[in-house]
Amino acid sequence: MRKLTIPEEEYMLPGHTACLGCGAAIAMRYVLKALGKNTIISIPACCWAVIPGVYPRRTLKIPLLYTAFEVTGAAISGIREALNAMGKEDVNVVGFAGDGGTADIGIQALSGAVERGHNVFYIMYDNEAYMNTGIQRSGSTPMGAWTTTTPGGKKRMYKWEPKKDVAEIMVAHHIPYVATATIGYPEDLIAKIKRAKEINGPKFIQILSPCPTGWRHSPDKTVEISRLAVQTNIFPLYEVVNGTYRITVKPKNLKPIKEYLRLQGRFRHLTDEEIEMIQKHVDERWKELLKKERCSNEK
Amino acid sequence: MVRMILTGNESAAWGARLSKPKVVAAYPITPQTSIIETIAEFIANGEMGARYIRVESEHSAMAACIAAQNTGVRTFTATSAHGLTLMHELLIWASGARLPIVMSVVNRAMAPPWSVWTDQLDSMAQRDTGWIQIYSENNQEVLDSIIMSYKIGEKHHILLPTMIMEDAFILSHTAEAVEVPEQKLVDEFLGEYEPAFKLDPEDPGGFGSLIMPEGPYMEFRYKMALAMDEARNEIRKVSQEFGELFGRHYPGLLEEYRTDDADAIMVVLATIGSTAKDVVDIMREKGKKVGLARVRYFRPFPYEEMRELAKKTDMLGVVDRSHTFGYGANLYTETKGALYGHSSIPVKNYVMGLGGRDITPSVLEKVFDDMLKIAKEGQVDREIEWVGLKGDERWS
Ligand SMILES: Cc1ncc(C[n+]2csc(CCOP(=O)(O)OP(=O)(O)O)c2C)c(N)n1
Ligand code: SF4
Ligand SMILES: [Mg+2]
Repeated sequence: MRKLTIPEEEYMLPGHTACLGCGAAIAMRYVLKALGKNTIISIPACCWAVIPGVYPRRTLKIPLLYTAFEVTGAAISGIREALNAMGKEDVNVVGFAGDGGTADIGIQALSGAVERGHNVFYIMYDNEAYMNTGIQRSGSTPMGAWTTTTPGGKKRMYKWEPKKDVAEIMVAHHIPYVATATIGYPEDLIAKIKRAKEINGPKFIQILSPCPTGWRHSPDKTVEISRLAVQTNIFPLYEVVNGTYRITVKPKNLKPIKEYLRLQGRFRHLTDEEIEMIQKHVDERWKELLKKERCSNEK
Repeated sequence: MVRMILTGNESAAWGARLSKPKVVAAYPITPQTSIIETIAEFIANGEMGARYIRVESEHSAMAACIAAQNTGVRTFTATSAHGLTLMHELLIWASGARLPIVMSVVNRAMAPPWSVWTDQLDSMAQRDTGWIQIYSENNQEVLDSIIMSYKIGEKHHILLPTMIMEDAFILSHTAEAVEVPEQKLVDEFLGEYEPAFKLDPEDPGGFGSLIMPEGPYMEFRYKMALAMDEARNEIRKVSQEFGELFGRHYPGLLEEYRTDDADAIMVVLATIGSTAKDVVDIMREKGKKVGLARVRYFRPFPYEEMRELAKKTDMLGVVDRSHTFGYGANLYTETKGALYGHSSIPVKNYVMGLGGRDITPSVLEKVFDDMLKIAKEGQVDREIEWVGLKGDERWS
C-alpha cells in the first residue's frame, strides 16, 4: 500500500465561487494543506479575491487580508514584521497572487519584499492572463496565445512575445528558495511548499494553474493539461535552493508541444510554422535550464 | 520634560518615537527625508523599538502599514507631495479598513515644474480619502499632534487614520525650541495599543472581502462618516486631556486669535497662522480691528466653529496655499459651504504662496486692508483672487 503524501486536513471549504475545473482553486487547496493552520494569507485583486466568496461568507479557514492589486509584496512584508514585533515568528505569512499581480503591476512590490529578505512565502498562481477582468494579456501569457486584448483579427495580433520568466527574475534576487510547480503534480507541489517552510527568508513558488475559462479548454482537462505542460517541457518543474538548480520532474517520454497546445482553444489559430517556432523556443529554454542545473551543481 | 532645539522633521520623529509604533515603513522624498533618517538613527541606537521596513515606494509604505496595523500593531510613516499622491489608492484603503495609522506629511508643491517648496495641493488632493487632517503651525504642534492622533484615531468608536501636516522648510527644516515630553507621561496618555480586530490564526477572520450592492458596503461607509463626525468631539476631548497632562493647551479644531470684536477675520491653515498673528497685532495697534482663525483640523471640518466665527464679524477672508482649478480653493469652498444658509457675510478667497512663494507680513497687511474694505462695503469685489502674482502691483 502506498502512503498518502497529501495531508488530509482541509483548509478550503466547499462553496467557493471558482469556475468548474479551476486550476487556481486546486492550487490554493494544496498550498494550504502543505502549510497548515498557523498561516496568514494575503490576496490582491485577482480571481482569488472572488473565489473565497461574498461577504460575510468565506471558504478559507485561515485569516485572510485582501489587498490592492499591486501590493502583495508590501502587504506580506507588513504582516511579517508586525508578527515578529509581537514575537509570533512561527506564523507562516503567504502572499497568493495571480500572474498579472505578480509579473506586471505587482512586480515592484514583490521585488522590494524579496530583496529585503522578509520571511514570507509568495505564491504566484499562474493562469497566464488577467482572468478576473476577462482574459486580457499579461506579461506571463505564453507565446502564441489568444486573449481578449490579443484577439488575432486580420493582423493576427496574438501574444507573440515570450512569457516573462518571473521565477528567473526571483533567482536573480538571490533569495533562498525559488520553485515552479503545477497542480497536476500535487506531491511535487506539496513537497516544495514543505521544503520552503524549513527555510527562513523569502520563498517564491510559481504554480501553473490551468484556467478552463481563459484557456478555452474543457473543465475536465485541467489536470491533463497541467501534466502535459510538464511532459512537453513548456513548463518545467524545478527548484532553486540557494542558487542551486534541481529539476524535480524530468519527462521520461518527452511529448511534442503540439499535444499541449491542441487541447486549448487559446492556441487553436496557430499554424504549423508557428507551432514549430514555439517548439524551438521551448527546446531552447529547456536546454538553458539543463545547463543551469549542471553549472549550479558544479560548485 | 526636556527642552530641545528641533526642526519640524525632528519633532515629527520624536512624536513617532514617543508613541512607540511597532512598525515603521517609509520611503524617502525631499523634504520628508530627515524624519525617516532621524527615526532610523533612533532605531539603530536602540532608542526606538520599531521594526523598520525600508520599502521600495510610498505606495508600498502605505500598503505595509495597512497590513501591519491589520495584524495588530501601531504603525507610522511619513511622506510628502509625490509620495503622498502615489499613496492615494491606499489612503482610501487605510481608512476604509478602519486602521488608525498615523502619518507625517510635509506639504510640498507638486510637479511640473519640479518644486520642493511648500504648497498644500498634495494633501488637499487627499481631502476625500477618509483621513483626519491636521495642519501644524509650529514644531511643538507637530510633535504633540502625532501623540494626540494615536489617541484619537485608536478609540474604537473612531478608528480612523490621521495625517499631520508641516509646511516644507518653513517647519520641516527650521529649528525652534520644542518641549519633548517624558516617555512615562506619553505611555500613560496613550496606553497599550488595543486593536479592535486583527489577523490571527486562532480566530481566522477575513478583511476586505467581496461585497454586493445589497451587502453592507454603504453601511460601512455610513459608519465611517459617523466616526469622522464623532472625531470632532474626540478631538476636543483629547486636546483637553492633553493640556491637563502635559500643560500645553490646544484649541480643538479651530484656533482663534483676537477675533472677538473683529470687523474682518482671516481664515488660514498651517504656518501662515503665525505670520498672520503678528500682522493682526500690528494692525490692531493702528486701530484696525482684524482677527485670525487658524483651521487646525481640515478633516473633520470645523463647520460649527466656522458658523460661530461668522457671527462675530462682518467679513471672512480665506487664504489658500493651493487651488482646485475650476472654482475656489479648498479652505474657501469648505468655509462657504459651512456658512451657507447660516450667515450672509461676504467671504473672499485669497490664493497665495503656491510653490513656496513667500507670504510676507506686508502682503498679509494688504490683504487685511482689502478685507476691511469689503467688510465696510458689505460685498466682495471678486470671489477669488490670486495674490502675489508677478507684475501685479496691487499686492507688491
Ligand atoms: C490598480 C488596479 N488596476 C486594475 C485593476 C483591475 N484588475 C483586477 S483583477 C485584474 C487582473 C488580475 O489578473 P491576475 O493577477 O493574473 O489574476 P487572475 O485574475 O488571472 O486570477 C485586474 C486587471 C485593479 N483591481 N487595480
Ligand atoms: S477564470 Fe479561470 S482562474 Fe478564474 S476562477 Fe475561472 S477557471 Fe479559475
Ligand atoms: Mg492571471
